[in-house]
Amino acid sequence: MPENVKKERSMILQKEMIGNLFKELGNVKQTGKKVVYTFVPGNLSELIRSFDMLPVYPEINALQSGMRKKSDAYIREAEKWGHSEDVCTYVKCDIGMMLKGNIGPTGEKVPDPDLLLLSYTGCFTFLKWFENLEKLYPGVPVALIHTPYQENGEITAEMTEYMVKQLKNDVIPKMEQVSGQKFDPEKLKTILQHSADIEDLIVKIFDTTKNVPSPIDAYFAGVYYIGPINIGFRGTPEATEYYKELYSEILERVRLGLGPVTPEGEMEEERYRLVVEGPPNWTSFREFWKLFYDMGAVIVASSYTRVGGVYKNGFRHDPDRLLESLSEYCMGCYTNMNLPQRVEMLAKEIKDYKADGFLVNSIKSCNSFSAGQLLIMRTLEDRMGIPVGFIESDLVDPRYFSYSNIKNRLESFFQMLEQRKLINV
Amino acid sequence: MLMNNNVRNSQPGFKMSKLKELTDKCEHLAFDLNFNAAKKWKAEKENRVLVGYMPIYFPREIIHAVDGLPVGIMGGGDRKQIVIGDAYYQSYICHIPRGIIEMALSGHFTNFDGFVFPAICDVIRNLSGMFQMSNIGKFAKYIDFPQDFNSDIGGEFYIQEMNSVLSKIKEINEVELTTERLNHSIGLYNKNRQLIEEIYDIKQAFPWRLTAVETYHIVRAGMVIPVEEHNRILEEVLYEIRQDIGEPLDKIKVVITGAFCEQPPVSLIKTIELAGCYIVDDDFMLGSRWIQGDVDNTTDNPLKALSEAYLNFSTFSSSVYDIGNPKSKRLINLIKRREADGVIFAAPSFCDPALLDNPTYNKECDKAGIRYINFQYHENIGQFKVIKEQVGAFSDSIKLWA
Repeated sequence: MPENVKKERSMILQKEMIGNLFKELGNVKQTGKKVVYTFVPGNLSELIRSFDMLPVYPEINALQSGMRKKSDAYIREAEKWGHSEDVCTYVKCDIGMMLKGNIGPTGEKVPDPDLLLLSYTGCFTFLKWFENLEKLYPGVPVALIHTPYQENGEITAEMTEYMVKQLKNDVIPKMEQVSGQKFDPEKLKTILQHSADIEDLIVKIFDTTKNVPSPIDAYFAGVYYIGPINIGFRGTPEATEYYKELYSEILERVRLGLGPVTPEGEMEEERYRLVVEGPPNWTSFREFWKLFYDMGAVIVASSYTRVGGVYKNGFRHDPDRLLESLSEYCMGCYTNMNLPQRVEMLAKEIKDYKADGFLVNSIKSCNSFSAGQLLIMRTLEDRMGIPVGFIESDLVDPRYFSYSNIKNRLESFFQMLEQRKLINV
Repeated sequence: MLMNNNVRNSQPGFKMSKLKELTDKCEHLAFDLNFNAAKKWKAEKENRVLVGYMPIYFPREIIHAVDGLPVGIMGGGDRKQIVIGDAYYQSYICHIPRGIIEMALSGHFTNFDGFVFPAICDVIRNLSGMFQMSNIGKFAKYIDFPQDFNSDIGGEFYIQEMNSVLSKIKEINEVELTTERLNHSIGLYNKNRQLIEEIYDIKQAFPWRLTAVETYHIVRAGMVIPVEEHNRILEEVLYEIRQDIGEPLDKIKVVITGAFCEQPPVSLIKTIELAGCYIVDDDFMLGSRWIQGDVDNTTDNPLKALSEAYLNFSTFSSSVYDIGNPKSKRLINLIKRREADGVIFAAPSFCDPALLDNPTYNKECDKAGIRYINFQYHENIGQFKVIKEQVGAFSDSIKLWA
């Protein structure tokens, strides 16, 4: 980040929060705290915290490794071990990291898991990932929660009941066994109340992009904003404080009519407003972001920031319906929504946030997102009458980030947007 | 009863021609991408429905029991040129969905009533949404197979999933499911699996009597015709191959695994055989052999019987969560039971489920001292030279040094 960009208090709070988590993870031998490996979509972080256990998210480790240019070596290690070039690079990065001693992105050893909590939500590969991890950590108990897909565009009472039964029958007993603590509904209730408060704030924060200029970038900066709730801080007082602070800073930007803060500095002129579908590329994250910054393009909404939970539709964790609420949260995550639902959501965002264009960043590694994106794109083009663009990259495999190809495609897309603006004028 | 290999049949020519007649018929059925036999069946009686299902497994019994014909959709293979499908999928997504969407949008599924997409992977799951968005058929239902294997949890959920499919069919043809009808259907599919297993058992002992390609055609034909008709064909095939026909060749015996969804082209199967292998087991048409043994067809609750069979008697597969019952161990058991000399891991390109299992499988084979090779294919691959050389070298190495 350039020197002229002032660090906001929220940035400092977030850094502290995440630093403390890694410190806690580094001290588990001394503190005796138990470690749970789990996934971001459909994460049961409140439940984990109610047992005083610490979460580790292999996807987060992978993306951090990608941002710190370490993923390439990890992926090659996993391929040496027998994995195909064709498969998910998050999985390979995680397995490669483990094979090379499980030194995390910050340089500290990530503790081994005491429990593998497989929240099988919206991604079939999660299942395969944990089957692999189970072999790499023999003897570590695995708890599975199968989240039914919203194939009919709805969450039925039967689906919720199925999940609640799994929580009661498998997940909670295993957590009790591993943590040595009894399940405490009252404690969980308090945590869920915090979650609901945080979710209110999250919705308000991402809604500020309705302003012109938008005070934030809801994709590149958005991934930082969702960081705390996606790495286990949902339901904590620290996260509530962080989001309150962040929201007030953003409101101040709105008051002053300022655009988003980027690593290149403040964006001064907002030329294009975009909705983006798909995860970002992590290995060249900053260059990727800069391509948009250079063109004055601001992302006003993105599906990726909904991957750890969709709150805009009104869902909140409910302290009065503990397990039902956790279940509905899991089923509501973006990649657990069917394609027609995804189209509806994206169309609404294009409209609500007055987007000029819609862009797909199609990720080689992630079929859960990518399969169907071309149809989603064409449907939105027809329905919303806006220019659409399509680029391809990968999550953490640098071999699949072609700067010049992406730049060429984006330039064509921005030309299209420019022409459309001229026509509309 | 198997006949002694040394006793040659007195009329081998006659026997072979009958077998050829059957396998030719099956080949025609299996690769009729317009599904004329199924459509003809539907047209013969009012209220009949055609329900297309994608790989791998689907409880076909429930469709049969309500005047429906479940029709397996295995993609266009190397027999359908992809023109539209490539506009729907990125290059790094496997080939089968682009063939299926191509077929859907070019009229191959005319007169189909609905489609079922079993939980295999995210690509097939999202294909269900593409069918919904494109209004293909009267319904497109993703069936979420439980990954919890407790009867009162995953089992109940699975029954709800089956009921959901049944309610969609009832909306179309108003046929009520009865216990008797479903038990009857279960019995027919039990018979079907028994007959297929007997074919595989004979092939294990006398693999020269029926080639892998012929076996493939015979089993695949069963996905597009009524089970009653398929059972008759299987019985006729069995009659033929119980005879002492053909001559053994100096080949190794292999099991093929990884090809359960996107199918290899027939030429690839032929290539493996020509390169010195008898294929004694495979997972090409895994759905037809999914339940190991019979489903109870004498109960008052046949949906529960189907559910229990799925939970407790499913074969191993990359699409099923295996912790507690590792598929690698089950593969080793299969290889030993089939007395195979080695295993070929043949997976479609970009198939996360199959490919993510390979390192575990390979390591388990290493431990068990079982030889193996890996390669990838796609359904319309046209070059087999490299694979032939690889398989040939594999076969030779086993023959020479095993």
